[in-house]
Amino acid sequence: MAVAVQCERITVRFTTERGTVTALENIDLAIPRGSFLTLLGPSGCGKSTLLRVMADLIEPSGGRISVLGDAPATARLNREIGFVFQDAALLPWRTVLENVTLPLEVGGGKALPGARSPQDLLALVGLTGWEQAYPHELSGGMRQRVAIARALVSGPRLLLMDEPFGALDEITRDRLNEELLQVWESTGTTIVFVTHSIYEAAFLGQKVLLLAARPGRVRELVPVTLPTPRRLAMRETPEFVALAGHLRRVLETC
Amino acid sequence: MANQAEPVTMASAFTEDAEAQARFLARKRYLAWRGRLLPVAAVIVFLLVWWQAVKIFDIQPFIAPSPVAVGQVLYDRFDMLMANLLPTAIEAVSGFILGNLAAITLATAFVYRKTMEEALFPIAVMVNTIPVVAKAPILVLLLGNGMEPKIAIAAIICFFPTLVNMTRGLRDVRAEQLELMRILSATPREVFMRIRVPNALPYLFSALKIAASTAVIGAIVGEWIGSTKGIGALIIQSTYNFDSPLLYATIVVGSTFSALFFGVISLAEKRLLRWNVTHGV
Ligand SMILES: Nc1ncnc2c1ncn2[C@@H]1O[C@H](COP(=O)(O)OP(=O)(O)O)[C@@H](O)[C@H]1O
Ligand SMILES: [Mg+2]
Repeated sequence: MAVAVQCERITVRFTTERGTVTALENIDLAIPRGSFLTLLGPSGCGKSTLLRVMADLIEPSGGRISVLGDAPATARLNREIGFVFQDAALLPWRTVLENVTLPLEVGGGKALPGARSPQDLLALVGLTGWEQAYPHELSGGMRQRVAIARALVSGPRLLLMDEPFGALDEITRDRLNEELLQVWESTGTTIVFVTHSIYEAAFLGQKVLLLAARPGRVRELVPVTLPTPRRLAMRETPEFVALAGHLRRVLETC
Repeated sequence: MANQAEPVTMASAFTEDAEAQARFLARKRYLAWRGRLLPVAAVIVFLLVWWQAVKIFDIQPFIAPSPVAVGQVLYDRFDMLMANLLPTAIEAVSGFILGNLAAITLATAFVYRKTMEEALFPIAVMVNTIPVVAKAPILVLLLGNGMEPKIAIAAIICFFPTLVNMTRGLRDVRAEQLELMRILSATPREVFMRIRVPNALPYLFSALKIAASTAVIGAIVGEWIGSTKGIGALIIQSTYNFDSPLLYATIVVGSTFSALFFGVISLAEKRLLRWNVTHGV
């Protein structure tokens, strides 16, 4: 199967006044195209760092990485990477629609073949009618929906999400989880999703990558065998409970 | 996603309740009118008290004129007052434009060249510590007795607050917004125009509102030294002539212009910064 992201012995070190921190050490990882991978681990284990390496925001100190067969910088320049930040990172001076179209205005403004129109994506995330609203008029969940539409507007093959629903209340988060799976199915893009919620990781991912901290390294890659399409009620099945229990036990040793 | 019910946040959450809507709008209108009428009422009361105080305590006109006498001067000598306002207004507005343009340019340079800030900012701070009344004679000596020194004073007064605020506004950009632009492979120019400039606008406008009043003060103080025209010159002349009704009328004209200038900037701010939470929609 074709690979979306291939990491070989990726190591990242940060040097600060207080010394050098090894955020990631020898990460080996292959993410198949079109798959949904969740990254789970205690705070500070390097989840964001790994995502940032994939997005070409951080240069690894060692190891090799390829994104969609190229260097991350090439993938970025080709508009193949979409990124969703924890706090949406919308531009407050732009309306919802203007935020979604931002990627079409900068950096050459290229959209990949098959990219959907901004209006289409706003409909996909349930924001039709809100085009002219400003971010401060939206709830936290709606802002994340805008951020997802913006990340998808250039038609990326890889969608990186760094705890996108971490600041939302549980009810909104559950709903967005279900909706994200529908977005994934309808776009076919590869998604790498960082979370520190066991339930979110198990519910969303086809596989859960457990990271251990200090230094950040792969603890276990857990396949999720829940049937698709996933429904929130599945979280009460014995299968899901057993999976969550397993993830929790491994996390305790991370 | 779209077909799912979302009772809390979606458009469908707005239910029709004409009565509640009407009550909400009425309250909003009431607050708006209260905000407009209260200051007017306060000014009227103040004028009445002043008028009566001058009458009851039999205060000499050259110590404090009655508001009626001031009003009389405003009416009778309106053309003369306007003829003196014109040069002051030109000086203040030109100084405002020049000073702010220079500050914005330098702030932009500071953001991209930290070494420039390290070299020049201390000088700006030092110049800023010189009081206006001390800058004025220096600039008159340097630039002669025309409009130039007054424009220069107004410009220098505007310069510092704008430099400080604009530098902050251009620099204090959220890290995620810059990372987003990097992921989008945006050029430095695009980052500047689409992130830094809009981010700096609220900072800039708070400086411009200060500058609108101080530029007028600068021009007036500049006219205190050896000028024969302008609001500042008129203040000096009427003071030496013990013509306090004219002095007060001159001050009213100068302050009114200053307030109008401030109002224009505030209006521009409201127009341009509709997205800003603090200004509402
Ligand atoms: N820019 C940076 N400079 C220095 N240390 C950093 C930087 N970014 C992350 N780190 C450190 O690297 C480790 C992993 O951070 P991060 O990837 O943010 O963890 P997570 O997202 O899993 O909470 C932490 O110990 C953090 O302090
Ligand atoms: Mg993180």
